[in-house]
Amino acid sequence: MFRPFGPNEILYIVSAVQWTLLLSAIAFAGGALGGIAVALGRVSKKPWLRYLALAFIRVFQGTPLLMQLFLVYFGLSIMGVGINPWIAAAVALTLHASAYLGEIWRGCIEAVPSGQGEASYVLGLNYWDSMRYVILPQAAKISVAPTVGFLVQLIKGTSLASIIGFVELTRAGQIINNATFQPLLVFSLVGALYFILCWPLSMWARHLEGRFAVATTR
Amino acid sequence: MGYQFNFAPVFNNFDQLIYGALITIQLSLGAILIGTLIAIPCALAKTAGPKPLRWLVNLYIEVIRNTPFLIQIFFIYFSLPALGIRFDPNTAALVALSVNVGAYATEIVRAGIESINRGQVEAGKALGLKGHQIFRYIILKPALRTIYPALTSQFIYLMLTSSVVSAISATDLAAAGNNIQSSTFAAFEVYLVITIMYFILSLGFSGLFSAIGRAAFRYPLAR
Repeated sequence: MFRPFGPNEILYIVSAVQWTLLLSAIAFAGGALGGIAVALGRVSKKPWLRYLALAFIRVFQGTPLLMQLFLVYFGLSIMGVGINPWIAAAVALTLHASAYLGEIWRGCIEAVPSGQGEASYVLGLNYWDSMRYVILPQAAKISVAPTVGFLVQLIKGTSLASIIGFVELTRAGQIINNATFQPLLVFSLVGALYFILCWPLSMWARHLEGRFAVATTR
Repeated sequence: MGYQFNFAPVFNNFDQLIYGALITIQLSLGAILIGTLIAIPCALAKTAGPKPLRWLVNLYIEVIRNTPFLIQIFFIYFSLPALGIRFDPNTAALVALSVNVGAYATEIVRAGIESINRGQVEAGKALGLKGHQIFRYIILKPALRTIYPALTSQFIYLMLTSSVVSAISATDLAAAGNNIQSSTFAAFEVYLVITIMYFILSLGFSGLFSAIGRAAFRYPLAR
């Protein structure tokens, strides 16, 4: 007979939220580092760097995240790293996040009026100083709302890691469903947990967007 | 690194990949059509509908946009049969994709409708246009033109997302890859070719949409 769907099963699913959160945090941290590099590459004065960053973005925005996961998963095993869902999911989601954040942040850097960059050049600041003290702080302010919006997309994206066998929220739900055969209860609960993670972030992103719109309306 | 790449199994089964790609195209175009048909009335209801209806549309949008597509398709394919609603995998995939893109498109269409100046509608009324004429020529068409780039990039994203339907054994491009991979063990080669095929599909969709956009919104912007 099937196992009943009791408190232990609910607890198992709820505690899997930590792995979804951890994977999202790793991918976001890695994606932030990669994203900054990609964004700077996109606005670089060196054409080959611009094209390289553009190609990176195009490839990752033009192919499914699921295929990116598969390629990294099987690619790592070819390179002799062995089949490890943890590493594969973290690497694939990091690359994915780097491309998306890079494109978002490029837009934010370009939204800073060009006079700012010219003024810092005239003041004798070199490239890195003008980025660090003049351009990026202003771009960062613009970028908060779309970045939070992407974070929601990233958290939802981690669910695909379940397909390569990474046990996070979705996979935990599948495991419990296979044991209890209560698909209605199980997937409603899993869906509700994702909603609890994502909805506040979505609301926050919208709130920030609204505030930014008010601040920039003349 | 002593790995020998072996693409022969992929190209020996290329007919399966072509078949899968056709299913992916079918599912995506079907979902785009149904999703747009969901989005237009929902966007109208959200901007001008009565309060309970607006609340309902909001609930739909928030639930879909804040849960993963994988869970949505699991719910439709595995959970709905418990309520007596049963689909075969490809139909479940079409339903899930349509419901998903419908929610995103509603928000985009709503933004378009809200971008129409109220004076335009009043001018239409003053010219003696009927309600449905005002909606079609003064609200919908200019709104669609404004949001067309956002809408089509959402549609391309949907096509890429559709690879997830392979998880419920629908027969799309990604599923064709799973089949070939499990019988030939050339996993990396299979998924590399499939990833390239998705990339070509996304370029094709983007070209198709810009051609449609040029044809549909050709009338002059200003004189």
